[in-house]
Amino acid sequence: MGNSKVATATQGLDNYTKSFRGFEQSAASAELAWLRKLRQDGFTRFSEVGFPTTRDEDWRFTNPAAIAQTAFRLVRDGHAPPSRKELEPLYMADAACRLVFVDGRFAPELSALGRLPDRVTVSSLAEEIANTPATLEPHLGRYVDLQRDAFCALNTAFLEDGAYVHIGKGAVVRDPIYLLFVSTAHEYPTVSHPRNLIVAEENCEATIVEDYVSLGGGQALCNTVTELVAGDSSVISHYMIEREHAQAFNVSTLRIQQGRAAEVASHSVLVGGGLVRNNVHPVLASDGCECLINGLFVGSGRQHLDNYMLVEHAAPHCSSRQFYNGILDGHSHGVFHGRIIVHKDAQKTDAKQTNRNLLLSDNAQIDTKPQLEIYADDVKCTHGATIGQIEEDALFYLRSRGIDEVSARRLLLLAFASECLDRMKEGPARTHVEDLIHHTLARITGASQDFARGEQLAVGEEIR
Amino acid sequence: MSLLEIKNLHVQVDGREILKGINLQLDGGEVHSIMGPNGSGKSTLAQVLARRESYTITDGEVLFNGKDLLAMKPEEAACDGVFLAFQYPVEIPGISNAYFLRSALNAVRKYRGLDEMDAMDFLPMLREKLKLLEMDDKLLNRSVNEAFSGGEKKRNEILQMAVLEPRLAILDETDSGLDIDALRIVAQGVTSMRSPERAILVVTHYQRLLNYIVPDRVHVLVDGRIVRSGGPELALQLEETGYSTMEAAARTA
Repeated sequence: MGNSKVATATQGLDNYTKSFRGFEQSAASAELAWLRKLRQDGFTRFSEVGFPTTRDEDWRFTNPAAIAQTAFRLVRDGHAPPSRKELEPLYMADAACRLVFVDGRFAPELSALGRLPDRVTVSSLAEEIANTPATLEPHLGRYVDLQRDAFCALNTAFLEDGAYVHIGKGAVVRDPIYLLFVSTAHEYPTVSHPRNLIVAEENCEATIVEDYVSLGGGQALCNTVTELVAGDSSVISHYMIEREHAQAFNVSTLRIQQGRAAEVASHSVLVGGGLVRNNVHPVLASDGCECLINGLFVGSGRQHLDNYMLVEHAAPHCSSRQFYNGILDGHSHGVFHGRIIVHKDAQKTDAKQTNRNLLLSDNAQIDTKPQLEIYADDVKCTHGATIGQIEEDALFYLRSRGIDEVSARRLLLLAFASECLDRMKEGPARTHVEDLIHHTLARITGASQDFARGEQLAVGEEIR
Repeated sequence: MSLLEIKNLHVQVDGREILKGINLQLDGGEVHSIMGPNGSGKSTLAQVLARRESYTITDGEVLFNGKDLLAMKPEEAACDGVFLAFQYPVEIPGISNAYFLRSALNAVRKYRGLDEMDAMDFLPMLREKLKLLEMDDKLLNRSVNEAFSGGEKKRNEILQMAVLEPRLAILDETDSGLDIDALRIVAQGVTSMRSPERAILVVTHYQRLLNYIVPDRVHVLVDGRIVRSGGPELALQLEETGYSTMEAAARTA
């Protein structure tokens, strides 16, 4: 039994080796030495360590064996892209621009670049590699840790396409830059490795939304890496939205590098996917940074939603705030792993971490683990986690006023979710997320889907 | 037919009998008071009537307007016109008071076959009721009962009652923890709602609220039984003698 598993895993790696050889030959701009080396470093590291197992402390609560044992294939050419009509209902409204990626590849015919302000570039990474690779070299692959994370190494090995966003010094992009990643159904299990690079220069302001969806069924692994470089005094919001179907595997890593007094908000919203691992890794690398790490995960059925936070304080006078709320129904399993490292020189660090969970069924499960490593002596670090159920008193109170049980449950879940929604700035991205959460909560409570849009006002309805 | 008819009601909690055969009739337009010492079963009776499901009914029946109240869910009872002002109003972070009130009102209106009220019609009506209870507009934008003072919470209960216009209002120790000004305001709110169609059941430990809301009948509940009933003078008498004589009488009975 044990031997056969090892054999399968090795075969699995052979499969990746073959795939990588083929990929290296055909990938764009293989002649760029630094890029070739980056890919090779990624693959070398991946072949050394292979996929993690639950013996690895960082993967204690999430078993990636199903990923390791599936023979995924890259989607190359010759597949018809989804139609505009299929995708349109999924789009976020009121974006500054929309880039659509199908199975990891940029789909210009489905994208809309819109009218972006001066000093703002949004394009595909493949295009950027082909045309102006020199702008990428100082950043691409410079922040993620290939040694630590096999999935990042694998993504780097197969790095080819994704979004490239450059916000010039002082530029302000009011509406969100919208990146939609679509997995489509194939006869075989597919893998894509979207790679995004977001470089925000000094004193700029922008919101970037990554939205992961699937069309049709079928096994698919989306293994994505985003490097976000937030320059001095920049104000950046980033959204990661996972709403793929229940067979999908989604592993994502957001690596944030913050400059002096940069203010970054990372919002993760996980409602879809079968096995989801959401890595958020900000490094507060210069004085006076602030980072908000906000997340909401809602699981049902047999979903497994793992949030792995690694917040590194590497400079003095920075503050980080982690708030993750989980709602788990059915046999779903949630994980919150909140690691905070305060390096020796990061005096006056103010780090806070809160994870709150609601379990809606006896079979739902949450593992929550804080992990604080503090090497400086003048810091403030707090953490807390709660696990509870819907309060019967609150439920009875609402029902005693005439609100039916299903609606009352939905309202209470919405109130719980709103703690996270309220931390998002008002605007198209928040509205998009709110819609998604309303529908998700209606689905899991069995409430009617056709409530009015006006219900957005459920919480904090203003009376003037 | 009485509006509320309680016949031989027996109720258990965790296998322990709390109500041991309650009989009570209330007609439209009447105000009755249930008085009794702590632990006599007053709050249990109030919660059973509002259909809290954690109680076991072992015997008896309750008719509300001729219908079997004990067969109703809490939301059905509420929509049919039963209202309980909670002794301990629940805090619900994340749901605004205004939204909560409108959702409740619309649930009740829908049940009664009326159109839902939109914010445009709802607000002027709500402001009127706020004035009656001398409540600040700001309380509407805050989460339900969250960080409200004790007096604000109790006024908020009566505000909900004024909005929902029930046929039977049960006030469970609404007077406890109120200062004299808040007590007067709450009592004014309740009194303004007296009408020939509406019955009010005032559950209280003390007599002082009854100075403002003068009841037609007073019932004394001791150890799960109504041991005495009388007019408003009974409340005054209790204030002087306390419950101990009646408790003693109940024990020997």
